[in-house]
Amino acid sequence: MAVVSDKVNVSNMQAVRRRTFPAFDQGFRWASYGSALIVLSVLAGIIGTMVYGGWPAFREFGFGFITSSAWNVGKDEYGAWVAVSGTVTSALIALVIGVPISIGIAIFLTQLCPPWLRRPVSTVIELLAAVPSIIYGMWGLFVFAPLFAKYVQVPLTSIVEGMPILGTILYARVPSGVGMMTAGIILAIMIIPFIASITRDILDQIPTVLRESAYGIGCTTWEVVRYVLLPQAGVSIIGAVMLGLGRALGETMAVTFVIGNANRLSLSLFDPSSTIASRIANEFNEASGMQMNALLALGCILFVVTFIVLALARLLISRVKTH
Amino acid sequence: MSTIAVNASSAIGSAAAADTGVPVRIAVRNLEFYYGDFRSLKSISLDFYDRQVTALIGPSGCGKSTLLRTFNRIYSLYPEQRAEGQILLDGQNVLSPSIDVNELRARVGMVFQKPTPFPMSIYDNIAFGIRLYEKPPKSELDGRVEEALRKAALWDEVKDKLRQSGMGLSGGQQQRLCIARTIAQHPEVILLDEPTSALDPISTGKIEELIEQLRSEFTIVIVTHNMQQAARISQFTAFMYLGELVEFGPTTKMFMNPSKKQTQDYITGRFG
Repeated sequence: MAVVSDKVNVSNMQAVRRRTFPAFDQGFRWASYGSALIVLSVLAGIIGTMVYGGWPAFREFGFGFITSSAWNVGKDEYGAWVAVSGTVTSALIALVIGVPISIGIAIFLTQLCPPWLRRPVSTVIELLAAVPSIIYGMWGLFVFAPLFAKYVQVPLTSIVEGMPILGTILYARVPSGVGMMTAGIILAIMIIPFIASITRDILDQIPTVLRESAYGIGCTTWEVVRYVLLPQAGVSIIGAVMLGLGRALGETMAVTFVIGNANRLSLSLFDPSSTIASRIANEFNEASGMQMNALLALGCILFVVTFIVLALARLLISRVKTH
Repeated sequence: MSTIAVNASSAIGSAAAADTGVPVRIAVRNLEFYYGDFRSLKSISLDFYDRQVTALIGPSGCGKSTLLRTFNRIYSLYPEQRAEGQILLDGQNVLSPSIDVNELRARVGMVFQKPTPFPMSIYDNIAFGIRLYEKPPKSELDGRVEEALRKAALWDEVKDKLRQSGMGLSGGQQQRLCIARTIAQHPEVILLDEPTSALDPISTGKIEELIEQLRSEFTIVIVTHNMQQAARISQFTAFMYLGELVEFGPTTKMFMNPSKKQTQDYITGRFG
């Protein structure tokens, strides 16, 4: 019996023996490597062409390209300062508004939310992140800006008029609703889902027993959060904030809709301005020659800044302390 | 069947109370505890004596930690958990809605299975708990911090690095820091929930010595899985099984001559 089956097996094995095509497997490995390499080469290609394209502008204007606020297509004079400061200012406004709300959402979800409500709220926040930015832009321009002009800019301008400092910062010469502040608010709404959900994940990683022991010495919810949980989360929350900052810096469509696209330095947050991304989006279509080089140079600056911010964010988020 | 159990357990509580002259600090009466619909404590009645160490023993899931967590109402952080009955701390029912839980938790301190230093300096770990209730001047605060660290037998090891983070200490030191943090609030009762389960034998020995010393000032309730530990450090022992109090009595009697077969079996390692 055994002998017979052995024989049968041997002949069977020879008949159905798999053909493994070593060359195919080798090819598969290379294809796999290749797929990964494509990402790297695309990134390198983007950096390369941006630097190559922007180089004439950097060479022409030198360091003055960053500090000059001129942007005159007729005279072929270009400076990045208005766009750079606009980018930074709008992102900072977004952080000032968005970070406290995001942290509040994360604390609510992890500490106070009844279990049945937790899932719906989390889902809604994640859906907020899925709204395309063009929708935020349209909503900002057609719905939010008119309301903002009518109920905030006009009354506020009449209150602060003539006051020192506030009379400058919050004065709307033309209360149209579009401008730096509106861009900052729309950006805040756009970055809240990112900061909130990462902060929630960070707080979730803190051991329950630490939270219980803080309550155990008689802390109120505020004291537990302020003195124990947030310090415990530490730099990771700063990482989450920087991830939001990275998004705010690079956001294009929504900002282009609502910022007003003026190449003018203004101390008032209600005045139109522009960011690097909105400037590029507005002018790229018709740009040529030095204007094109200047836009690419702007892109280079944005790329470097957001790259650093996001890299730092990832580094900080990964350092959550869990004992 | 369940009526018999109820009668039995209340009888256990009062019988023990009758044969000692020590004043009662915490009197648990007909305590029921629910996780959602699951009844995890069944009509517990039990006395805890002033400045004595009472050990709660029993197999995992028997409800000993649950019982401990009712004394400072830490369970109330979770909306699906609730307790019914009475826990009288100096005659006052801590389960009553009119009790200020934050104040209660300063009177009834708790130390957990794992060391939980707060993310702040060693000094601030202690001072933080004090500052929640009092605003003593700096010099007095320094004194209180030192006093607490000395009582927790940690002062000599940390006096030169009070400004360093509490997270930098060893596990045993961190656990003594947590005990110091609790002592600093001058509580009446200290609850210890398996305080040495995450520690090595040497650190465990130090904590046990410490508990022995703290008994002169505080009423201590300790949950432990370690039978030898219960025998070494407690004056009274309560054995629980499946949410019921099986037997309660002086530790020596419980370990030498328990009156229930179940207790005997558990202590000698025949189950659990």
